[in-house]
Amino acid sequence: MSNFPFLSVLTVAPLVGALVVALLPRRRPDLAKLVAFGWSLLVLVLSVVMWFAFSADGDRFQFRESYAWIPNWGVRFTFEVDGIALVMLMLIAILVPLVILASWHDAEQSKRSVPVYFALLLVLECTMIGVFAAADVFLFYVFFEVMLVPMYFLIGSYGGHQRQYAAVKFFLYSLVGGLFMLAAVIGLWVVGGKTFDWQALSQAEFATNTARWLFLGFFLAFAIKAPFFPFHTWLPDAGGAAPAGAAALLVGVLDKVGTFGILRYCLPLFPEASRWFAPYALALGVIGIIYAALLAVGQNDLKRLVSYTSIAHFGFIGVGIFAFTTQAGTGAVLYMLNHGLATGLLFLVVGMLIARRGSALISDFGGAGKLVPVLAGVLFFAGLASLALPGTAPFVSEFLVLIGTFTVNKPVAVIATLGIILAAAYVLWMVQRTTQGTLNPALTEVEGMRRDLSLREKVVVAPLIALIVLLGFYPKPVTDVINPAVQATMQDVGKSDPAPEVGSVQEASK
Amino acid sequence: MSELKLPSIDYAALAPILIMLGAALLGVLVEAFVPRRLRNAVQLALALVAALAAITMVIVKSDARLVTAGGAIAVDGPTLFLQGAILVLAVMALLLVGERTVERGGAFVAHAAVTAESPEDRKQADGVGGATEVYPLISFAIGGMLIFVAANDLLTMFISLEVFSLPLYLLCALARRRRLLSQEAAMKYFLLGAYASAFFLFGVALIYGFTSGIPGRGAGVDFATVHAAVGESSSSQVLLFAGMALLAIGLLFKAAAAPFHVWTPDVYQGAPTPVTGFMAACTKVAAFGALLRVFHVAFAGASWDFTPVIGVVAVLTMLVGAVLAVTQTDIKRLLAYSSIANAGYLLVGVLAPSKEGLSGTMFYLAAYGFSVLAAFAVVTLVRDADGEATHLSRWAGLGRRSPFFAAIFTFILLAFAGIPLTSGFTSKFAVFGPALEADQAWLVIAGVLTSMVLAFPYLRVVVMMWLSEPGEATPTVTVPGALTSAALMIGVLATLVLGVVPGPLLDLTTGAAEFVR
Repeated sequence: MSNFPFLSVLTVAPLVGALVVALLPRRRPDLAKLVAFGWSLLVLVLSVVMWFAFSADGDRFQFRESYAWIPNWGVRFTFEVDGIALVMLMLIAILVPLVILASWHDAEQSKRSVPVYFALLLVLECTMIGVFAAADVFLFYVFFEVMLVPMYFLIGSYGGHQRQYAAVKFFLYSLVGGLFMLAAVIGLWVVGGKTFDWQALSQAEFATNTARWLFLGFFLAFAIKAPFFPFHTWLPDAGGAAPAGAAALLVGVLDKVGTFGILRYCLPLFPEASRWFAPYALALGVIGIIYAALLAVGQNDLKRLVSYTSIAHFGFIGVGIFAFTTQAGTGAVLYMLNHGLATGLLFLVVGMLIARRGSALISDFGGAGKLVPVLAGVLFFAGLASLALPGTAPFVSEFLVLIGTFTVNKPVAVIATLGIILAAAYVLWMVQRTTQGTLNPALTEVEGMRRDLSLREKVVVAPLIALIVLLGFYPKPVTDVINPAVQATMQDVGKSDPAPEVGSVQEASK
Repeated sequence: MSELKLPSIDYAALAPILIMLGAALLGVLVEAFVPRRLRNAVQLALALVAALAAITMVIVKSDARLVTAGGAIAVDGPTLFLQGAILVLAVMALLLVGERTVERGGAFVAHAAVTAESPEDRKQADGVGGATEVYPLISFAIGGMLIFVAANDLLTMFISLEVFSLPLYLLCALARRRRLLSQEAAMKYFLLGAYASAFFLFGVALIYGFTSGIPGRGAGVDFATVHAAVGESSSSQVLLFAGMALLAIGLLFKAAAAPFHVWTPDVYQGAPTPVTGFMAACTKVAAFGALLRVFHVAFAGASWDFTPVIGVVAVLTMLVGAVLAVTQTDIKRLLAYSSIANAGYLLVGVLAPSKEGLSGTMFYLAAYGFSVLAAFAVVTLVRDADGEATHLSRWAGLGRRSPFFAAIFTFILLAFAGIPLTSGFTSKFAVFGPALEADQAWLVIAGVLTSMVLAFPYLRVVVMMWLSEPGEATPTVTVPGALTSAALMIGVLATLVLGVVPGPLLDLTTGAAEFVR
């Protein structure tokens, strides 16, 4: 079974599905929805099969496939995954069907073609899978850029208030990053011996200065994508304007391409430059944690608030990556998965709330829990997961990042810990102002607020809640897959974990 | 008295040029003798058949590497590839020119002196096939371009420059709608073009003077002599530098590089749209073909001297094109500035003095030609009762009215913006890679930075078409006739195919990337 070309099939399948859905007649929107949902379930099944076919203690990279593409430039369709990419592929495969299910009625409000909305979601899935599965730098770049196009139309055509502005801002920011990366990709190709193969490039040696410039080109693109402070300003706009389902994918998966890119390309290809830039990257991460959390506290728009919380979480991931310890690295990768689940859930729930109220402003809510108790409960849970309460999955990853960082860089770890307190502030305050307290009389007049979660919506949130709890108590299946890949990455960077110091306990107790 | 020795002429190698010029002359006769109602069909068929025959000859002679006609014409890889590119793009342009179903009477006036709304003008509008002078003119222009990219001495180059420029000046004035704008454009183009030609000729004279200093060899303006002179001439270097600068001005003017670009937006806007497409695609190929040959063959030895200067011109061109494109409100002017910026990217390729650089530049020229012709083909279709609706505000909501054409145009704009899986991306890669290899990192950085700026105007058009609500004044897209559809499809397919599988064309350009001296 391991000879099955999982990765190319996984990449192409959603694209075929998108074509099928797009060609369905506009007058039969329900058919389009069903086909899209069914197709994404197929992809999920295939991904699960692949998960079990992956041997955690086998080679670092598995399922390699390579086909010729542009021989003149040495470009090949090369796919392979390590544990990190595999986890991200699973996240995509799980989120997309849920998002499709959650967006069941989203496209109808926009007067635009319903089948096209679902087709765009599937195209997006194709590019997202491709970007994580690619092992050829050129191919990675192609997916990285093409990914913008479906997202642009999802935000621009189906979004809410200020969607044009948000769509253009999103596109331009990402394109700017992408073009810096293009310069770096070309540079890498020229100094790396005219090959784009990741394996070959990771063996190559570059001059110190060249490597630093190339690192910077890649890092800028990824920092904008992730986004790290101070390149983050597009995310609240895009997240605020996108339809809830697309926003969940945007923040849950698309942004992970940034952190994934740093792990897969910046660190192993330019180890010396990574070490040299690490203090700056750590600083950006720490600033992001505190700054975005403070801004999140002050938001009155639910979707923007969730977007800011994500920026803070990306700060944690950044710190975890650049601490260069296996613990912190594993924590960061685990965080990428858990953040996708928790924030994805939060976005979807917030979307359900907004769809009922017809407004995204927190001040338009108040005491909503009395009208829709189940929905309010799910929101509370999603919020708790998002602030990394022990027992939920994000806690494990945040904790790993913090202790991994503490062993090498105490000040950063201490400041980052403050972010947890702020996280409690923005989440709890948001929950309090929307669902708790006295009932806002205006709410009772809104028709939608009398409907609690429908069966469809319960089906959407249940798997995510289950996964968050499960991974909160038993993350081992995932960490087993991630650990070897992170260890290999840290070896590439040339950092080993600090040996536990004998007598460190006594020292600490003095 | 010594015997006059006739130079040997390889007629087969010259066949493409001879076919096009012959067809142009035949076209003049057709104008005189064929009844008016048949003329359009006959002229179009004649021009197309000639172009296809010329393409066939290019393919037949594709292995030729020789200098013929007394050293005046060099038929080598770049010549053949660029001739092929010009001819293929010209076929597309001819298809656009031949379109008669979109607008009754076609897009051209019989002659520019016919006043608007006069009985003669109305007679044309009532549809007897329209004006057909445009075909021989275009054939002459194509013939001139074919010589231009093959010219192996500066005088031949100058003459062919005039041969293709003069018809172009006239073609610009032939728009049936917005006639004053069109005639103003032609006038501007003619005056500035005449200056540029004069500069070029002056440059030729200076270079001739410079070559007289080679010990033991006569003066001359063929590239072999110039090349030898750069290394050996005892004449003052001032002659060389001044001559090179003046030659470059003449060529950069045709290539629409800053600061010699000011004619471009006006002419692109005023000229009839099919002619604009022809200029944006074919003239660009011809101008850069000549630039490549002059800098890589004649002045190769002086590359240390011209590279920084042309580099500055390239950066300036990219900057001017990208920044001014942002402020445009007319789609044709926007495409004009984008074409200026693209000239800048092409110059980056010209400055990469390797086989890869040459191959990449040629790839870029062909790929860009297809996309830009397709773009102008769409422009010809978006119209209301007064002709083409080129103001950008009029394109609002076009995606809702005519999703198919809006989608095509979006795709082309994404190609211009350099999104992967379009030829715009592969061609940028094809020129930036060799430039970086030639240690011209600053040009690549400038290229990348201006690409970011340039993405904004393209994106604005996409936003206009898809995300704005259609207004009262949103025009409809006219259903294109078979000719425009064919041209559009060729352009879009080429943009896609060259973006997804550029390998075959790259093989072709790599194989062709060697000049004969």
